[in-house]
Amino acid sequence: MTPSPDVPAAEDPPRSQPRSLTDLFVSFTLLALQGFGGVLAVVQRELVEKKRWMTREEFVEEWAVAQIMPGPNVVNLSLMIGHRYFGLRGAMVALAGMLTVPLLVVLLLALVYAQFAGHPGVAGALRGMGAVAAGLIAATGMKLMGALKMHPLGLPLCIALALLCFTGIALLRLPLVYVLLGLGVTACTLTYKKLDR
Amino acid sequence: MSITLQWSDWLAMFGHFMVLSLLSVGGAITTAPDMHRYLVDRQFWLTDTQFNASVAIAQAAPGPNVLFVALMGWHVGLNAGGPLVGLFGVLVTMLGIMLPSTTLTYLAASWGHRNRNLRWVRAFKQGMAPIVIALLIATGWILASANVKSLQDWRVPLLAAVTAAIVWRTRLHLLWLLGTGALLGWFGWI
Repeated sequence: MTPSPDVPAAEDPPRSQPRSLTDLFVSFTLLALQGFGGVLAVVQRELVEKKRWMTREEFVEEWAVAQIMPGPNVVNLSLMIGHRYFGLRGAMVALAGMLTVPLLVVLLLALVYAQFAGHPGVAGALRGMGAVAAGLIAATGMKLMGALKMHPLGLPLCIALALLCFTGIALLRLPLVYVLLGLGVTACTLTYKKLDR
Repeated sequence: MSITLQWSDWLAMFGHFMVLSLLSVGGAITTAPDMHRYLVDRQFWLTDTQFNASVAIAQAAPGPNVLFVALMGWHVGLNAGGPLVGLFGVLVTMLGIMLPSTTLTYLAASWGHRNRNLRWVRAFKQGMAPIVIALLIATGWILASANVKSLQDWRVPLLAAVTAAIVWRTRLHLLWLLGTGALLGWFGWI
């Protein structure tokens, strides 16, 4: 190997990587089980800062693609990280690690819920948590609004598109496919024209 | 609630979730309003309570939020015949929501990584931003207002709004908020 300016400085901690498919599965299972109300923060802290499977820059690049693609972002991300080390098998093992045990936990919770669903306290607690969950999801959207300030379309046009989308989905209850196709194609086309060649 | 589902119904549900999977840019939760429209308002396979419980239980549990989709399949199956049908429902909804998006992601991941500077790739990624953000807020709105039938039901939307404001402006751990919501509900204040 020839040295190049890109070679990490000597004091940089050594890069690591998953030892085996089992290591991959267990790691992603533990990640998923730590993630209450969002796994992304845990993934970043564990894989980049603690395990050092990837640098922060690599993480940001993978995350951008995971966000572009449809599907749960964190699940997409785990798929891509698994693929990076072990190909198709790695992708499937990472996916299984992210979903299998959490799925069992969630079904167990649903069973417990069913046993006590008749109890007015439980029904009330679920109603309360449902209200909080609704707020959490809306807040995620509100937090991301800051990203629109730097948007190529400019803030006013972004707000107009967002308001149209909100009206169509939340108030008029239009099917998602029409809103996504109509407004999505419009927004992407306008953005395409604004971007540098 | 008791319903009867034919094989054609299961297939239709599978197909519907496959379509939603391809549309779920920004996460599966952005397709929740359409799931509500399809499962609760149109097909009558789920009650409003079951729909909200599915989202709330998945939020309260650790793991990716997409598991609320599994609980919807579980509840539809329970309504249609019991726990075994429920597990079948989990299989149908989870495969439906996961297969198209993960296949697409797998195929596109390496390609997208190599071509991330292409103009149309950036246009798609940035252009969708206002739409995806509005979808998240709309999802919160629909969940908060699902059970509001009269002015006396103002407490749920109020708690949702207060939660949203707290999460937006502070770094308070989400478990405190979920716990507070559970307590408020347990004692009948919500």
